[in-house]
Amino acid sequence: MALFDKLKNIFTGENKSVKAVEDNKHQLESSLAKTKKSFFEKLSKKVIGKSKIDENDLDDIEEVLITSDIGVETTLKIIHNLEIRVKKDNYINAEDLNTILKDEISNLFNNEDSKDFIVPETNDPYVIMVVGVNGVGKTTTIGKLAHKFKLAGLKVVLGAADTFRAAAVDQISIWAERVGVDIVKQDMGSDPASVAFDTLQSAKAKKADVVIIDTAGRLHNKINLMNELTKIRNVMHKIIPNAPHDVMLVLDASTGQNAIEQAKQFTAATKVNSLALTKLDGTAKGGVVIGISDQFNIPVRYIGVGEGINDLQLFNSKEFVNSIFNN
Amino acid sequence: MFENLSNKLDQAFKVLKGQGSISEINVAQTMKEIRKALISADVDFKTAKEFTSNVQTKALGQQVLTSLKPGDLLTKIMKDELATLMGSEKSDLNLTSKPTIILVAGLQGSGKTTFCGKLALHLKNKHNKKPLLVACDVYRPAAINQLTVLSEEVGVDVFKEIDNKNPVDIANNSISYARKNAKDVVIIDTAGRLAIDEHMMNEIGTIKDQVKPHETLFVVDSMTGQDAVNTAKSFNDTLDYSGVVLTKLDGDTRGGAALTIRSVVDKPIKFIGTSEKMDGLDVFYPDRMASRILGMGDVISLVERAQQQFNEEDARKIQKKIAKNTFGFDDFLSQIQQIKKMGNIKDLASMIPGVSKSIKDTDIDNDSFKGIESIIYSMTAEERSNPTLLNGSRKKRIAQGSGTNVQEINQLIKQFNQMSKMMKMMQGGGKAKMMQMMQGNNMPKL
Repeated sequence: MALFDKLKNIFTGENKSVKAVEDNKHQLESSLAKTKKSFFEKLSKKVIGKSKIDENDLDDIEEVLITSDIGVETTLKIIHNLEIRVKKDNYINAEDLNTILKDEISNLFNNEDSKDFIVPETNDPYVIMVVGVNGVGKTTTIGKLAHKFKLAGLKVVLGAADTFRAAAVDQISIWAERVGVDIVKQDMGSDPASVAFDTLQSAKAKKADVVIIDTAGRLHNKINLMNELTKIRNVMHKIIPNAPHDVMLVLDASTGQNAIEQAKQFTAATKVNSLALTKLDGTAKGGVVIGISDQFNIPVRYIGVGEGINDLQLFNSKEFVNSIFNN
Repeated sequence: MFENLSNKLDQAFKVLKGQGSISEINVAQTMKEIRKALISADVDFKTAKEFTSNVQTKALGQQVLTSLKPGDLLTKIMKDELATLMGSEKSDLNLTSKPTIILVAGLQGSGKTTFCGKLALHLKNKHNKKPLLVACDVYRPAAINQLTVLSEEVGVDVFKEIDNKNPVDIANNSISYARKNAKDVVIIDTAGRLAIDEHMMNEIGTIKDQVKPHETLFVVDSMTGQDAVNTAKSFNDTLDYSGVVLTKLDGDTRGGAALTIRSVVDKPIKFIGTSEKMDGLDVFYPDRMASRILGMGDVISLVERAQQQFNEEDARKIQKKIAKNTFGFDDFLSQIQQIKKMGNIKDLASMIPGVSKSIKDTDIDNDSFKGIESIIYSMTAEERSNPTLLNGSRKKRIAQGSGTNVQEINQLIKQFNQMSKMMKMMQGGGKAKMMQMMQGNNMPKL
């Protein structure tokens, strides 16, 4: 089977049981629906029998959007569009409102469906670099992702380029062992760019299919650390032209509006081209990705929904929006 | 698109300043802007609403109606209100028991383990204690190793039971160990957990019931958004914690979560984390945080950040030079390099009161110094130490060397002179005069 087909199968879930996929979906929906359920019930009661939405209803909608971390600007944009749509119709009931709202939010998402990593059939490994601020779940996401690739029958090599945080190398080594993939590491405190270089060299020699480079968490306003990230990025194409093929920014779903600045700064330093949204199994809604998707045109590829090895799912924008407003 | 809070508030106040007096209508307009600004700073939706309506009530009171400058008074009312909300004074740890038991809890990735290391160092150095770090995160890969590495770094003992998968037992055992080994503070690091994970919340509830900590600290990421309200509440319901630790404040988040948590659970913020280094721990100053959320400038933090980067000896030399009026372009250059080390320029500049407004539309990055640097590099050593030497022909030569034009060089000299003047004023304690200069348009453009 061609690499690409194998990958596609694993990521579209075709070789998973349908039930497992359904379960995952419910897991996300049930967690996202927790606080939203009461909102639309409340709204339906209010809107029934009225010919148009009044200021109070809009306030309620505003509240639900804001408390999902969608942000002031994006919320106002959504509400503005909603008002225009509502004006056109004379009568609007809660159900229509529900549909229109979902519509308007979906419109801001540039990615209709999350896309898989497409590993082209070349001799060189496909290189993914993972970046983000401290504590968002980069290493955990890498462990889960490696597991996905492994299941797809691909040969994976991890690069432990977080040589800064205490025991970070141990952490990713445990993941490598757990998943059963190779890892390239150096001592703590060594140059992360050199680790990335070594990893690519080793992966190329071993004819690996995929390389995932872990990096130390860093706050995006620290210029030296961001420059270091650029350097790690730049060193890779010396071994493999066009590497890294993908730079994935990991965002914590509980992060507020600061995630926008994170997306901006990490993109400037490393040309981020996909996002992973972690910790969506909590109460946080992660609504800030709507604004990020709208502004930077970076698709969300994966969502993290737990600490288990299988708790990484493809992001589906429709499902995401639905889950916010399902009743 | 997402301007920071201070810009928003400046906009809001503009509405007020344009009016002669405060009426219900113009206050309501301003308050709406303020509410939006607070929400953009990640203050919880309801907290922001309550806060603005409180301020509104006060603003419509007599004191404002008799004021000539409503904007100024409103600013003051708002800042006072914020600082009060976040606790008017700093709150210390209760360390009287022997051993004092401190339980640390929070979500995944909030920075618990790093904080535990910092706290151990803080207690060891500043309070002369013998702390024991306890590794109760048996779930996350290498969490125990992480705490072990940190314990070595800060030079305190760590208690761990590698084969024990029961955090409650480990916590219990650590207390008897501490007693036997004359440790006077026990810091228990726990696994990150979601507030809705019943099993995990029960577990930490049990740890608390059994070890009966004197302090329970809830660690929260300062970048947290609207979810802060849920998480802070849930953890408080289970743990009734005694204080909050706000981490990663060295980022550029406005930190609205601080306000949310304070107002929702009414627990003091006892520490803030300000770097990845083990000494990056500070006590919480509500007043400074209020300024930060409101974007009113935080000069103290700026000075502290500068202190971290600036070599004291260098600073003394420069002070001398300023005093003797021999401050030259070489010093200017080294200052620029120091500033660059301190982080994002825009972020730094916005800490200075009155500046954030003026840099709103300029996209400052560190490249903005490149032109200045190349001009200075094109000067001779003599010219650098004695800027008055720079005549027309020298300027022409420098312009050619640096790929600029004479106009740009003149501008730099002008800025340099202004800066020297300002530094002299700082030296002479002419703070008021300096502020006046900064508020006006005399601030050298970065």
